[in-house]
Amino acid sequence: MTPGDRIRCRQGLGFLLPWLVGFVVFSVYPLAASLWFSLCDYSVLAPPVFLGTKNYTDMAYDPVFWQALRNTLVFAAVAIPLGTALSIGLAVLLNQPIRARGFFRTIFFLPSLVPVISLAILWQWILNGQMGLLNTVLLYPLRWVGGVLGTPCPPPDWLNDPSFALWGLVFTGLWGTGHAMVIYLAGLQEIPAELYEAAELDGTSAWQRFRHITLPMLSPVIFFNVIMGVIGTLQTFAVPFILTGGGDGPGRSLLFVATYIYQHAFSYWNMGYACSLALFLFLIIALLTLWVVRIGETRVHYAGR
Amino acid sequence: MPYRTPDLQFLLGARVGTGTFIFPVQRLLFLFLGFGLVGCSPKEDPRTHGRVVVEYWEKWTAYEGEAIASVVEDFNRSQNRIFVRHLTVSKMDQKLILATSGKNPPDVAGLWNSFLPAYVENNALLPLDRWAKESGLQEENYLPVYWEMCRHRGHLWALPTTPSVTALHWNKKVFREAGLDPEHPPRTLAELESFNEKITHKNPDGTLERIGHMPQEPGWWMRDFNRWFGGRVWDGESRLLLDSEPNRRFFAWLESYPRRFGGPAMCRLRGGFGNFASPENPFFTGKVAMVLHGVWLDNFIRNYAPPDFEYGTAPFPTDEENPGNPVSVAEADILVIPAGSRHPREAMEFIRYVQSQPTMEKLCLLMKKFTPLRQVSPEFLRNHPHPYLRVFLELARSPRTAPILNIPSFNEYSNDIEANVNGVLRGSLTGEEGRARLQERQQRALDDKLARWRQVAGSRESTWRRELAETP
Repeated sequence: MTPGDRIRCRQGLGFLLPWLVGFVVFSVYPLAASLWFSLCDYSVLAPPVFLGTKNYTDMAYDPVFWQALRNTLVFAAVAIPLGTALSIGLAVLLNQPIRARGFFRTIFFLPSLVPVISLAILWQWILNGQMGLLNTVLLYPLRWVGGVLGTPCPPPDWLNDPSFALWGLVFTGLWGTGHAMVIYLAGLQEIPAELYEAAELDGTSAWQRFRHITLPMLSPVIFFNVIMGVIGTLQTFAVPFILTGGGDGPGRSLLFVATYIYQHAFSYWNMGYACSLALFLFLIIALLTLWVVRIGETRVHYAGR
Repeated sequence: MPYRTPDLQFLLGARVGTGTFIFPVQRLLFLFLGFGLVGCSPKEDPRTHGRVVVEYWEKWTAYEGEAIASVVEDFNRSQNRIFVRHLTVSKMDQKLILATSGKNPPDVAGLWNSFLPAYVENNALLPLDRWAKESGLQEENYLPVYWEMCRHRGHLWALPTTPSVTALHWNKKVFREAGLDPEHPPRTLAELESFNEKITHKNPDGTLERIGHMPQEPGWWMRDFNRWFGGRVWDGESRLLLDSEPNRRFFAWLESYPRRFGGPAMCRLRGGFGNFASPENPFFTGKVAMVLHGVWLDNFIRNYAPPDFEYGTAPFPTDEENPGNPVSVAEADILVIPAGSRHPREAMEFIRYVQSQPTMEKLCLLMKKFTPLRQVSPEFLRNHPHPYLRVFLELARSPRTAPILNIPSFNEYSNDIEANVNGVLRGSLTGEEGRARLQERQQRALDDKLARWRQVAGSRESTWRRELAETP
């Protein structure tokens, strides 16, 4: 190593150091500590007492945890595909040469700038079972359906009925599709126009062009958004926490794993158990991400490859 | 055009690629941190000059917060040795525990009594027995229920400030509309339910327009509702008593609600209720005619209910199997000294000041509550704006009034009973299912807490004895 190399090496390490220190202090140490605490009874105030795998066996027999996990996975399974489909659809529509395109793009993007707390409070009102905006809109169509079927069809009581609460939350999630839509729009503009021209000359329909050109060319962007979606939805916390006023929702239908971790850590003072839940969630997120990556290896089309 | 790396030289005045570059970066970093630190340093309040500053965290805001601030001001004016700095803190139960574990707690804090057992068993508080005794603060000075709730595991950990008990409040106008005597509140639970049937108004489509009483409104004392059936949640030692006969009756009573009024219909009615502190409060709008509430409700009625709102207050009726003196649950704001307090002696001085009869009466009057002290001045009774204060005083003195649940697993229990009771009231669980689930799950939670306690009980006792011995 020449003196110049050594200087460059020191410079490189110097640049890396702030990040490395932050990474060790704020990521590696908490991860290692939570692994240790997950094997202990730890109330935060008293020193941890080693329990072995008790927290993990408790987790296996904790019905509330399994309900929270089921809610989280169902929410992810519904919200990710629905959000992806809607944002791609919007992006494709707003990529057409229509009048006031910029205005519509801004309008669809704006809701994603609303802070999450305001969003949750706003949706509390929209989803109100008695006087919410959504039910006011649904009232007449449902009356008509009820008239046709000969049985009353009252609008759902979104936040108080366990069968509808999770769907209400899915709606709130769709509010933020503008963010993904902008990324898809950027992806759509990267697709070479020649591909569409050649396909049109071959007499393809619009659907065939979407299916065989747009989707494959957009697949790296979809892949990125789906991975971020999996990680984000499995950590859902703020919106259901506020929608339910810090509770679990009717029949615990809005209890998510992240909320359950929070309850055990800061409300029940079971930090050890909370750590074991957090590590289990981490494992699930890692496995699902790996699964998506594995699927991506065969389904994602990279033009440069 | 090929991509070009941005040129930073004009920013840093140094050549990229030599050892000089890193130093300007460090300088910038230090400068940035320096600004941050300067921005964080607190300004010294001139009033604290030469005094011991006692940090006091309190949870109250709005008019209750102003009442506390007024008492703190009085204390600061009353002497020149101690200055109490009052800070309003939300989510006090969680923040205090984090501050205590981080060895940076306030010197004195206002908690709710229900958190006391969990704080004590986690060694988060200083015992006050000796200080209290030397300051002349004794059991005889207080209404028994409020003194009792400040004790745990054989020691005194807190002293009460503003107390409350719960009572039935009924809307006289709605009673009149239902053909009931507005001056005659229900005396038994059966009578309450017969009034409930008369008042409740069901629409042809099965939805509810109004209900006489629903246990979830406001539902703040669900874990203690079994008291009116003669039940207890646990034996105070190790066992939950939800399988006892009174608790079974309590759950059967809950189960009768969805059967009579319809679970979904009650849920839908509740969905339209406004916030507690608003004109849309269902009691003020007449959507619910009878509610269990505390002494503070009168103040909210004055602020938010229609001008012609008429109400009465009486002890909440008991189950027929549980006759006798009136029943209520009592709770209180309490002052504690967290373990690790820097100025415990001065904090105790402040607590002692608050416990004096004139200060306590001033605080309770400003908060529109009654006093936890046995002695009450005639001026307090005369000046108090609550028209039914005597009902609450009578309830606070009743031998069957008990402190709200004090169990080490309080938060778990509260959350779980709410989920199960709501399941029963929605009709998705039978009363027996809800009760059995709660018993099984919460017995496990309690066992875990007690196992944790057994491991540390010996060392805690010796720590507390040492702290008491070292009390200045």
